[in-house]
Amino acid sequence: MSGITTVDRDVDLQELAAFVWREADILDRCDYDAWLALWTEDGHYIVPIGKGENYEDQVNVCYDDARMRRMRVERFQQGFSISSAPPADTVRTVSRFVLQGATGDEIVLGCAEHVVENKFGRQRIYAANLTYTLVRTESGLRIRNKVARLLNSDGELTAFSYLF
Amino acid sequence: MSLDYNPGRPEDLVEHDRVQTPLYEDAALFEQEMEKIFAHSWVFVAHGSEVPEKGSFILSWVGQQPVIVVRDRKGDINVLVNRCRHRAATVCEVKKGKTSSFQCPYHGWGYGLDGSLRGVPYPEQYGKDFDKSALGMKALRVESYQNMIFATLDDGIEPLAEFLGPAKKWIDLFMKQGGGYPVKVLGEHQFTVPMNWKIQLENTTDAYHFPVVHKSFIQSLDKEAEATFNFFDKAGFVEDLGNGHSVAVMIPELIDLDENLDDPIPERFEELAQALRDEGFDEPRVRKIVRATGGAGFNLNLFPNVSLSLAFFRVLRPVGVKETAIRHVCLGMDGGPAAANRMRIRLQEHFQGPMGFGTPDDAEVWERVQRGTLGGRELPILVNRGLVDEVPGVDGPRGHLSAETGMRASYQMWKRMMAQ
Ligand code: FES
Ligand SMILES: [Fe+2]
Repeated sequence: MSGITTVDRDVDLQELAAFVWREADILDRCDYDAWLALWTEDGHYIVPIGKGENYEDQVNVCYDDARMRRMRVERFQQGFSISSAPPADTVRTVSRFVLQGATGDEIVLGCAEHVVENKFGRQRIYAANLTYTLVRTESGLRIRNKVARLLNSDGELTAFSYLF
Repeated sequence: MSLDYNPGRPEDLVEHDRVQTPLYEDAALFEQEMEKIFAHSWVFVAHGSEVPEKGSFILSWVGQQPVIVVRDRKGDINVLVNRCRHRAATVCEVKKGKTSSFQCPYHGWGYGLDGSLRGVPYPEQYGKDFDKSALGMKALRVESYQNMIFATLDDGIEPLAEFLGPAKKWIDLFMKQGGGYPVKVLGEHQFTVPMNWKIQLENTTDAYHFPVVHKSFIQSLDKEAEATFNFFDKAGFVEDLGNGHSVAVMIPELIDLDENLDDPIPERFEELAQALRDEGFDEPRVRKIVRATGGAGFNLNLFPNVSLSLAFFRVLRPVGVKETAIRHVCLGMDGGPAAANRMRIRLQEHFQGPMGFGTPDDAEVWERVQRGTLGGRELPILVNRGLVDEVPGVDGPRGHLSAETGMRASYQMWKRMMAQ
């Protein structure tokens, strides 16, 4: 892809990585108000099932527009959900950043995420490929779309009380 | 687990109003259940729409046994144990697809879509009396109702229709959410929970838990929808349908989706209704499809492994004594308007699955049951709720919607089968 040279010249990978790391820290701390503020209003937070990319017409683990994201966060915060009061603790790392493209105001960034969760002293490990569509706004980088494709997403997972 | 407890005869562990703790945690009892219940029941394996064409197949399970559900060249459904007759390798590890035959990857034995052994590499070393016709994949007895495919390892049990009995008319009602189209599987959520399978079996007609466990879901709805899900204000009930089956009617006005079509369209369906009008559907069709999109107003639990719950199937699979896998199968209208199917998918994602607003809370309390039974194992599990005002229903005892009538139905069937 010829765009890559331009991308490499114009986009600072370190800046993008720092943004994604900050999000990872926010998610591990369950600071969901801060998380909502990282988004633009128009995109989706998607945890798909299988390899399909027609998210609107397929069953996903989640497919959240801005309204659903806010509802999800409210559910976590209100304290009525037994699975999220308290939620599992998580420690995650995000790495293997690869720029996938940049057009107009959009940057597409891929990376790997490993999450270890702990509940009842029982630890589970999940891995996902993350694909971000980031946009540069006056107030800095924002997430327009985020797709978290879990390993074994079309197999048996377990219930999650946190976000990827 | 300590084995100082002697469970005695399994059937003694179940009384009408209580069951004993080993039902959730005794490994030997679990082995007996696999034999006495899962090898002698009609077990749900797939919906017909998951194997739509000749050669379509999907992997499934009968109890702990892996099977392939496949439509053969004649259009008949076969359920084959996924095990090569040579030295036992699984012949298929593709979850779903289309094929003209199955070939074992180990030594290359080839099987037809009906499981018959077609070819063996280098057959000479087996000699002249090698009988291929006796070495087909193990095929189960298969019957369907309303395109729901069931299989059994027992050639002697009653026909499926008889086993379902009064549950059949509830299946018929449930399928009206096709809205005039055939019901089709649109996708599914799958997850495991560290719990015994019967904790799930108890749950689908347990409306008592709904306002407590699903409070955060109910609060995420608009006022009108919240009222719809306030079950106990209505004239709902739960009824024992025999053979372990039960139905919990939560939203009586949604029992028959062809009725009450003149009711006002709920606000959260207004956008869909308008989209359908814009597509050219006339008002009666719009109302029928909108009503179907919301799903039925009841949960039907079929012993031992599937329930039809509002708008989806919930299929359980016993993995081990303290491990159960669950499929939440999303249903839609085959050939129906995309906007309606899209909305059904969004509704499914809202409640079901690993990140739904409902499932994680169910999973948490189910696991808590399994953890709690480590203590005080001499204490009973109470299933006596609603006995005080239970009355004879149409097909069996009928209790208040929050009654444990459904659990009593399941456990009486369990007791009957385990005593055999
Ligand atoms: S195990 Fe299948 S051919 Fe040998
Ligand atoms: Fe529930």
